[in-house]
Amino acid sequence: MILDYIGVKDINGPLIVLDDIENASFEEIVDIRLEDGTMRQGRIVQIDGKRIVVQVFEGTRGISLTNTRTRLMGHPMEMPLSPEILGRVFDGSGRPIDGLGDIFPVKKENVNGTPINPVSRLYPKNYINTGISTIDTLMTLIRGQKLPIFSGSGMKHNELAVQIARQAKITGAEGGNFAIVFAAMGVKADVADYFRRSFEESGILQKVVMFLNLANDPIIERILTPRCALTVAEYLAFELGMHILVIMTDMTSYAEALREFSSSKGEIPGRKGFPGYLYSDLASLYERAGMIRGKTGSVTQLPILTMPNDDVTHPVPDLTGYITEGQIVLDRSLDASGVYPPVSVLPSLSRLMKDGIGKGYTREDHSVLSNQLFAAYAKVMDARSLASVIGEEELSAEDKQYIEFGRQFETKFVEQGPTENRSIEQSLDLGWELLTALPRRALDRVNSQLLDKYYEPAKLRVQQKNADAKQNLNHSPTGSEAAASE
Amino acid sequence: METQDLIYGINGPVVTVRNSRSFSMMEMVFVGKERLVGEVIGVSDKVTTIQVYEETTGLRPGEPVYGTGSPMNVTLGPGLLDNIFDGIERPLKEIAKQKGAFISRGSSVSSLDETREWDVTVTVREGDSLKGGDPYAQCQETLAIVHKCMVPPTLSGTVTKVAANGKYHVNDTIIEVTDSTGKVHPLTLCQRWPIRTPRPVAQHLPPSVPLITGQRILDTLFPLSKGGTAAIPGGFGTGKTVLQHQLAKWCDADIIIYVGCGERGNEMSQVLDEFSELIDPKSGRPLTDRTVLIANTSNMPVAAREASIYTGITLGEYYRDMGYNVALMADSTSRWAEALREISGRLEEMPAEEGFPAYLPSRLAEFYERAGMSKNLNGTTGSVTVIGAVSPQGSDFSEPVTQNTKRFTRCFWALDKSLAYARHYPAINWMQSYSEYFTDLDSWFLKNEGNDFIQYRKQISVLLQQENKLMEIVKLIGSDVLPDDQKLTIQIAAVIRIGFLQQDALNATDAYVPLEKQKLMMKVILYLYKKSKELLSAGIPISSIIQTGQFDKLIRMKNDIPSDKLEMFDDYMKDIDKALSGIVSA
Repeated sequence: MILDYIGVKDINGPLIVLDDIENASFEEIVDIRLEDGTMRQGRIVQIDGKRIVVQVFEGTRGISLTNTRTRLMGHPMEMPLSPEILGRVFDGSGRPIDGLGDIFPVKKENVNGTPINPVSRLYPKNYINTGISTIDTLMTLIRGQKLPIFSGSGMKHNELAVQIARQAKITGAEGGNFAIVFAAMGVKADVADYFRRSFEESGILQKVVMFLNLANDPIIERILTPRCALTVAEYLAFELGMHILVIMTDMTSYAEALREFSSSKGEIPGRKGFPGYLYSDLASLYERAGMIRGKTGSVTQLPILTMPNDDVTHPVPDLTGYITEGQIVLDRSLDASGVYPPVSVLPSLSRLMKDGIGKGYTREDHSVLSNQLFAAYAKVMDARSLASVIGEEELSAEDKQYIEFGRQFETKFVEQGPTENRSIEQSLDLGWELLTALPRRALDRVNSQLLDKYYEPAKLRVQQKNADAKQNLNHSPTGSEAAASE
Repeated sequence: METQDLIYGINGPVVTVRNSRSFSMMEMVFVGKERLVGEVIGVSDKVTTIQVYEETTGLRPGEPVYGTGSPMNVTLGPGLLDNIFDGIERPLKEIAKQKGAFISRGSSVSSLDETREWDVTVTVREGDSLKGGDPYAQCQETLAIVHKCMVPPTLSGTVTKVAANGKYHVNDTIIEVTDSTGKVHPLTLCQRWPIRTPRPVAQHLPPSVPLITGQRILDTLFPLSKGGTAAIPGGFGTGKTVLQHQLAKWCDADIIIYVGCGERGNEMSQVLDEFSELIDPKSGRPLTDRTVLIANTSNMPVAAREASIYTGITLGEYYRDMGYNVALMADSTSRWAEALREISGRLEEMPAEEGFPAYLPSRLAEFYERAGMSKNLNGTTGSVTVIGAVSPQGSDFSEPVTQNTKRFTRCFWALDKSLAYARHYPAINWMQSYSEYFTDLDSWFLKNEGNDFIQYRKQISVLLQQENKLMEIVKLIGSDVLPDDQKLTIQIAAVIRIGFLQQDALNATDAYVPLEKQKLMMKVILYLYKKSKELLSAGIPISSIIQTGQFDKLIRMKNDIPSDKLEMFDDYMKDIDKALSGIVSA
């Protein structure tokens, strides 16, 4: 029995209220047909007896109290899934917009997903080589991890995400089994196009599923966009055994859409007007990353969020940081001084790296080296703040060494080209070479054995390099003379 | 008796029933055809409000609601240890076996394995009179822990029937007790207890024994007592979870209850992996043998997150009643408070600070007050220690959850972002943190570690205080202008910070340090300080003392001296003497 309900009782922002509805179920999808024949979709968000509240995905513009016919579809929001989904483009609520017709579903899944049983999770340990020194050495990305990029408007987060996607795909024997799910939420059309073009240029467009909810698209759809994208990602990963990188941008727009929706429902706001359940809501997205015992695929998430006013304590980055397994923070002043990628090293972190690096994964010295680089760079910051008060000239000899180390670190280690792909050995060796700017006794995080094995050879390498450089500069006949003249 | 009513309204996890008189406050109910677990949280003559512990998608008005007649409760009995549950004590391993990798709704699985046989020894005889809390049988729950079955606290009477020793399931009747009214109560291996009611004790005891954690900064500077309460506040990335894991691994409690409350799923799988590999030095068995895990990750239903803390502490109290020292780690109580806020919002209650309900402080107080050292009803002594992580929004310690937690806990281990950025772990800020247990524990330290331990600790904290003041000056004018004795303070404080307070959880030698080694480390550091000071007053410049390399050597001693070669400290002292007298003679 299919019943159409005529008219609505109340309209409030994206919400409509209907009365005298029989047999509605919570979160059920409804189809709304307007008098002019256009169709809209909505979802039941509250039930009080026979009175239901429906959020309309496309917005309520043009809806009056009498001009609609509403039909209950009898199921919650579902995403059609099939292996052919690769290479397709969808709108924010999962409808194809590339003109290639509907998906013929092998199966349909509720977009809300179900939580992975913690017992069934496989603890992620397999590192992804992104070819970016700062990320590989200091905040290693692990397959199955959720590692957001905290950025601000105008910084190069999109370029960084594209570079990671491009360079990460070629590692490991399973490289061919790699695909990207891209969810754009409230981004500008040209940003979405930049991603599409970049995927095309690197020849992976056939392995990308795109969900586009652009800045002028309805906000209610925006709430569905990441859910549709993650449902596809889970399907590809856990049923087809692929390694999926999910890029979600921009999570701040998503959270703002949620706020708009919440306030039109009349809910009590928490911090900065965001609903009290923002944490649980974000968690229901981020926690869908991971690996499962007995299955080969993985879902790795790289959400991008722009921090309003570069404020890391804003509720969206703050709550995100509490859910995700670390963060990559971009820094405005590094960006302004032309360093790419402008990764702010100290607040960045990868929680899963400790078990995915070291002997058998990357190299035995990885963990101590990254600790030592962090510790040394923290001292650079102290020295710089002191220098800004008393001037660099007045610093102690030790502090001057740190200032020099910091300069080298930013220009040689952090800075790298958008197409430069450094191997993990290159990055680690580079790290040791930078540390030679400091005396051996200052390296308090490293034991003597590893110092002998890595610090001393790095020192020789640097001396050799300097000598070579001098030689080229002076055109002197032998390198030893150049070294002697030092 | 099962009553039945019909769903009227649905709003997220909150379901309402109209015109029903059959429910009581906090009653456990089953909602809908799929029998989702719920709890009554509001009753009026028109509307009964129920919070549902599972996803409510697809529920319809008109579906039935079944009452159970009893408050939300958990099953207590053998089989809890070495197991992992969700927030309302459903075994996740069993659910994974039945339903696969994703948690679907309406899983009705009994908490304890009903098919497993336990080798039971009955410890009472027919005719014995028993009161609440008295043990009547025991079995080896894991190789490390003996499980005692106790008479429920509310029951007393005479044993009228006893089963023979042998193999039994959790639901088999072991003894029968006849109470004073002549009613016969069959007792099995397990019992049920409402999670929001503390299990009674005979007498609360003052805290007098420290919980030894093997973490230097905690054991020496901010000790926690068995039965004490501690809060670990810290922003994201400051190492709350690693510290909680460290405590769960190394602290000298008999039983660990680890509540992952609204945190990451991968962290729980890490705990599962690590704890089954790590060996408890006391029992020689894997750590899982003494651990109960409660995992309600952030994407699992929010109402069950609210319950998970109570489930955890109820299990803790149950093992305390057997005479064990229990430590409960709750990571994180802020997520629990947010669950409170979320449900309160759905009920349209009047919010207090930052949208949190006005009853937040009283709920926190109720929870932390269930910790304590106590004399149990059966005469044994046990304790429940509670260590709660707090995740303040925006790392702002003035937010309501941190502030209210501070009022009800006596240890405050404040984690600091700038220390974490410099990868100084554990990132406990020694200026902001405090412990109120010093005076309670001094007599224990005096007896077991001697007066020198207390003296060393005092000197160490004085030095850190002095350094903190000096650093204010250094930040303005640099360290070069300070007089030599102040430079020495800064040098020795650096040794304390890096060589003593900093501790590497991933380093096998450094992850756990016994008290004796902690004491000797302090002793050597202070010895170097004393000797250097003597040289300074003899007019020798600080730079030549630093050149001896003794300071750098002490920074590395935490890794260079294994915990079983403590005699090496003597060589360190001799070496200091030698190096310093070398300067004098030169």
